[in-house]
Amino acid sequence: MSSRGNSVAKGWRAGLGSRALVSMTGEGAFVRLYGVVAAGGFRRYTTYRVATAAGVFTNTVFGVIVAYTYIALWDQRPNLGGYDQSQALTYVWVSQALLMTVNMFGGGFADELVERIRTGDIAIDLYRPADLQLWWLSADLGRALFHFLGRGAVPLAFGALFFDLALPTTPGTWLAFLLAVLLGVVVSFALRFLVALSAFWLLDGAGVSSLVSIAGLFFSGMLLPLNAFPGLLGEVARALPWSCLLQIPADVLMGHHHGTGLLGAYGFQLGWAALLLGAGRVLQSAAVRRVVVQGG
Amino acid sequence: MTDLVELDGVEKVFDVRRKTGRWRREKQQVRAVDGISFRVPRGEMVGYIGPNGAGKSTTIKMLTGILTPSAGRLRVAGLDPSRERTRMAQRIGVVFGQRTTLWWDLPLYDSYRLAHRMYRIPDARFRENLDRCVELLDLASLLDVPVRQLSLGQRMRGDIAAALLHDPDVLYLDEPTIGLDVISKAKVRQFLRDLNAERATTILLTTHDLTDIEQLCRRVMVIDHGRLMYDGALTGLHEAGESERTLVVDLERELPPVRAEGARVVKVEGPRQWLAFPASASAAPLVAHIAAEYPLVDLSVREPDIEAVIARMYEGPRVH
Repeated sequence: MSSRGNSVAKGWRAGLGSRALVSMTGEGAFVRLYGVVAAGGFRRYTTYRVATAAGVFTNTVFGVIVAYTYIALWDQRPNLGGYDQSQALTYVWVSQALLMTVNMFGGGFADELVERIRTGDIAIDLYRPADLQLWWLSADLGRALFHFLGRGAVPLAFGALFFDLALPTTPGTWLAFLLAVLLGVVVSFALRFLVALSAFWLLDGAGVSSLVSIAGLFFSGMLLPLNAFPGLLGEVARALPWSCLLQIPADVLMGHHHGTGLLGAYGFQLGWAALLLGAGRVLQSAAVRRVVVQGG
Repeated sequence: MTDLVELDGVEKVFDVRRKTGRWRREKQQVRAVDGISFRVPRGEMVGYIGPNGAGKSTTIKMLTGILTPSAGRLRVAGLDPSRERTRMAQRIGVVFGQRTTLWWDLPLYDSYRLAHRMYRIPDARFRENLDRCVELLDLASLLDVPVRQLSLGQRMRGDIAAALLHDPDVLYLDEPTIGLDVISKAKVRQFLRDLNAERATTILLTTHDLTDIEQLCRRVMVIDHGRLMYDGALTGLHEAGESERTLVVDLERELPPVRAEGARVVKVEGPRQWLAFPASASAAPLVAHIAAEYPLVDLSVREPDIEAVIARMYEGPRVH
């Protein structure tokens, strides 16, 4: 059988060229492919400029509202969760800046993936010579970069201008923050990928997805820093993957983690990322097997 | 000649759960594809037709590797599609008329850049193929337009180009002209003809538009209830479908229905009469007989409508 396949390749000049190159530039081609996917993920959001402007406005308004709520709260309970008032305000504006970047509400690509599974468009993704999880991860990283720049920078600058924030002055701390945000994005992606794949079995992922959205909103620390959660609830919340999304990047930015503590924070994020991405892979191969064998 | 597509007794059985009572569910087996065998040599353009639910899409899905057959043997370009899906993806192009592989929010060109990287097409080859597609499919003015702003015909041409940039050996087209206007259809058909002639690309075409088949494919396969009902030349379909030709005669005046052996009058309108006779029979003796016996003014022979032929085939006896 294989000899027949070879003769096809030899006879078909045009096809031979492209296949010969595959083995030559394996890794480079891999990076380039997912680079293009990520660039596409970035660019598709740049096309919706009005939506972005409206989003920035909303984030800023909410930031102001939450900021005054926190001021009131920290007046009553100074040093709540170990933050002084300017740290609490920094937390507010970082959370507004990262809201879309790490997709704390859920949704985003996950809704799209669920829709593709429901309509059967997923078939197109499956016959592509690309990995489903890496494809969507790349696209989501591109989106996150856009949201970080487009939706994050302005609210944070606004907060820094009109409120007294505890922002770092050393570039090293900012870089450390960026890495923590990147890892937060990956953990957030891995979570939502798992949720989206459940649509292969449930067909309608809306229930699971809204459940996870609410959990994400609460356990990411979007409402109140996880440091301020009391007792057991706080310990549990800080151990869950959602703490990678906002709490850890915010603490890294405010210099709460140094040296081995910083490595520990990264390790915690990496651990969750690896665990959830791994679970995603297992679920993905089960889902593909289900589709391929049973026809969905 | 090399067979690029080979199917031997391929079956696909789905388990379907059906609600039969309030709590009860019964497992039923649906044979979507029920023992199909055929071969397609390189460079052939084949029409694959059948009514909705006949098993066409299931066959295409098995050929693209996104479904595994329940039984039988299946090879595309020498590969087992579902086991070597990624390797095979390099060898095939797929166009689903009702779905798009293009990036919805982004300019058309971005999708081609993606194909360039995804299929690891050498740069020179990519440029060459893209230029060719842009020229023949009239895409030059569309490359910067976001896909969501394209018309259906434009999007379809864009999709066809996306499926061909990596020089696939086999191209599957599932309803490539669905919803297109006459001019767009003609453009797509001409492009496919050229592609097949120049590159010897093997094309398997699924369609409801029989004009596609008539204009593109010499060979046609008809599938119904998961079985191959017909596999052969388009012209042979008429015999297989027991189709009839129509002889239209204009007589000098109104007369009672013409009597001729092997033909029957199906319609009379004043001096004009319509006679049906088997498509496999010659019209000559019939014409000679009528000319000798009746005051004949004019006549014409109408070829059977392929659509009617196939419709009759579908309605034929079925094994349940």
